[in-house]
Amino acid sequence: MAIPVVYNFRSVKARWTSAIVAVLGIAGTVGVFIAMLSLAQGFKATLVASGSYDNALVMRAGATSEMTGSVSLESSKILQDAPGIARTAAGPMITTEAVLIAPIPLVSTGSDANVQVRGVSPNVLEIRSTAKIVQGRMFRPGLYEVVVGKNANTSYKGLTLGNTLTMGGTNWNVVGVFDAGGSSFDSEVWCDAHLLNGAFKRPEDNFQSVTVHLSSPAAYEQFKDFVTADPRLNVDVTREIDYYAKQSTRMTQLITILGGLVAAVMAIGAIFGALNTMYSAVAERGREIATMRALGFGAAAVVISFLIEALLISFVGGALGAAAVLPLNGFTTGAMNWQTFSHMEFAFQITPVLLLSGLIFALVMGVLGGLPPAVRAAQRPVATALREL
Amino acid sequence: MKFSGLIFANLFRKKVRLLLTIGSFAVALFLFAFLAVVKSAFSRGTEVAGADRLVIASRVGLMQTLPISYDDKIAAIPGVKAVTHNHWFGGVYQDEKNFFVQFVIDPENMRKVMNEFVVPDDQWANFEKDRQGAVVGVKTAKRFGWKIGDRIPIKNSLYGPTKTWEFNLDGIYHNDRPGGDENQFWIQWKYFDENVPAGVKSTAGWYVLKLDNPDDAARVAKSIDNMFANSTYETKTETESAFAAGFVKQFGNIEFLIESIGMVVFFTLLLVTGNTMAISVRERISELGVLKAIGYSDRSVLFFVLAESLVIALIGGVLGLGLALVAVPVLGAALNGLLPSLVLSPAILSLGLLVALLVGGISGLLPGIGAMRMRVVNALRRV
Repeated sequence: MAIPVVYNFRSVKARWTSAIVAVLGIAGTVGVFIAMLSLAQGFKATLVASGSYDNALVMRAGATSEMTGSVSLESSKILQDAPGIARTAAGPMITTEAVLIAPIPLVSTGSDANVQVRGVSPNVLEIRSTAKIVQGRMFRPGLYEVVVGKNANTSYKGLTLGNTLTMGGTNWNVVGVFDAGGSSFDSEVWCDAHLLNGAFKRPEDNFQSVTVHLSSPAAYEQFKDFVTADPRLNVDVTREIDYYAKQSTRMTQLITILGGLVAAVMAIGAIFGALNTMYSAVAERGREIATMRALGFGAAAVVISFLIEALLISFVGGALGAAAVLPLNGFTTGAMNWQTFSHMEFAFQITPVLLLSGLIFALVMGVLGGLPPAVRAAQRPVATALREL
Repeated sequence: MKFSGLIFANLFRKKVRLLLTIGSFAVALFLFAFLAVVKSAFSRGTEVAGADRLVIASRVGLMQTLPISYDDKIAAIPGVKAVTHNHWFGGVYQDEKNFFVQFVIDPENMRKVMNEFVVPDDQWANFEKDRQGAVVGVKTAKRFGWKIGDRIPIKNSLYGPTKTWEFNLDGIYHNDRPGGDENQFWIQWKYFDENVPAGVKSTAGWYVLKLDNPDDAARVAKSIDNMFANSTYETKTETESAFAAGFVKQFGNIEFLIESIGMVVFFTLLLVTGNTMAISVRERISELGVLKAIGYSDRSVLFFVLAESLVIALIGGVLGLGLALVAVPVLGAALNGLLPSLVLSPAILSLGLLVALLVGGISGLLPGIGAMRMRVVNALRRV
């Protein structure tokens, strides 16, 4: 026969101070656990959202990031005729890009951030269809004009519509703001690739990468085969989405290892707290338990009852911890992308999966913290426990 | 201490609870030390930077180079003791995972400016003579099991078509500043300059200079920037710590995040231990009543409770910090290349111990005061 669950509710109520401590211990642990994972998730999602499955990125063979890549104008011309590229009336959908970083002060601290500046082809908005102009207009090729991502617009000083930005010793007019759907492009500044090379005194026929829009995702193989087979080209092709996923690995790995470690150690502390609470609950209720056993409740019923109590406490703790960090969702923070040394804004992303795993984590702590005291409660001989006055 | 027997007897009355409470302390102090170490790793650059050094980089951006001819011009400025130049190499050893920083250096002046790096003189002499020579930090050498005389292939795609450059390991450096970087890999500028495309030839990534007098920093920085103002390659000169801080600030809220986690941990710990102390006092109310009845003063009752929680805090704290002392080097190795080197400094350790005693004191004080104020009659009646 099972002990009614009402008993557990009443018992938690009677010992509410120590129950609250156990709840808060678990809530803190779950909160940290979810916050750290959502940070890693947000960083990864921002970079992964930058890549598109039906775009292909071409860089010099062996280059580890766009920053270190180099593609000549000549190679870019050869790529224009490659099979598999989507074409419009205006020509092939290909953007030849110069990528560099320029120091622009942060609004928050006033210190310079390394902002990624991307010189692009005029048709870039067709190729990266996630990016849309939300304020002003697109830059005009051949003019010193820039469009800025929505995070760049708010995070860096002077990147508002109508302002002038000094970059590479040249003045550029900010003529538009684009929204690239929460991707890393939102932290970038885009302008005419040829003018950018000129302003930074770089060779005018040398670019960092070429991105093409494929006629279909399946055309990737065809495009890649052509590029690999052509002896005039010494380049690597990756799907844009794979490139950005790879960029995020180092930072997400770091956050996940650090966050996982902190959460694991904290979990041990929280289990200790729960064990203490449950042990003292068992000790204080020695006679109560013995009375129940004497009334005919079995040892298993006692174990289950105490376990339910521990799970109750840990569930409330988990839910509280999850609720406490929920406002972090969408909170934007800055970080360095170590692959390109550029500054990037990204948001915490708390997904239902993360919340669920936080709750499961709490329940696991509850079982680990509740089982040993529950077993002890059931094992005490009824007669001795009753005699204890 | 004539009461130590009583205090210890009280400590051990519930062994499981004692272990758990000490365990919570140990866990919390371990986390405290670990978070402090990670936090200081993020701001390490600014702490170890030389106060008497300036960094001169291109005003246009981090990746732009400066002409090598600036070397002599900077050296001629009054107040400059020595100047050296660096370049970013950015190669890959075997696999991208094996990340370590590679600098192209100027062997002639490197040691005059960066005097915290210690290389045995015979090794340095070999390096200077060997165009393909390299010097590596002791940590990176250990990480890959390199010995002097090894040939190290590094793949590079930054300068011209991707190719593998080979270097002879001539020396291993140590850093005589605690927590200083021992991961870098240095190669000779002359060899680099011979093998890069025309656009990169005769350039330096940035210059570092040493001042005669640190107070001169602002004046020297200004005269350098004025000298090259309106030229094709304008400069931005700042102290080494400001230069390093520029990188750290871009991490933005990471530091704030670590501090928030630390606060959550601290608060949770305070609750758990405070609760445990409260439980153990509650269980012993009648005993404390007896003590008071036979003539112990209120204050000595408070003392018993307080001493007990301080002993627990001390044992737990020492245990947790000792654990951190063992674990931090292991974790540092596991995170190699992801974070600057992790160092557990004496300052962190002593701060940790202080925090432990503080938490122990607070969590003992509340139930202790309760026990002190309790009336003997009420306490005895509960028996």
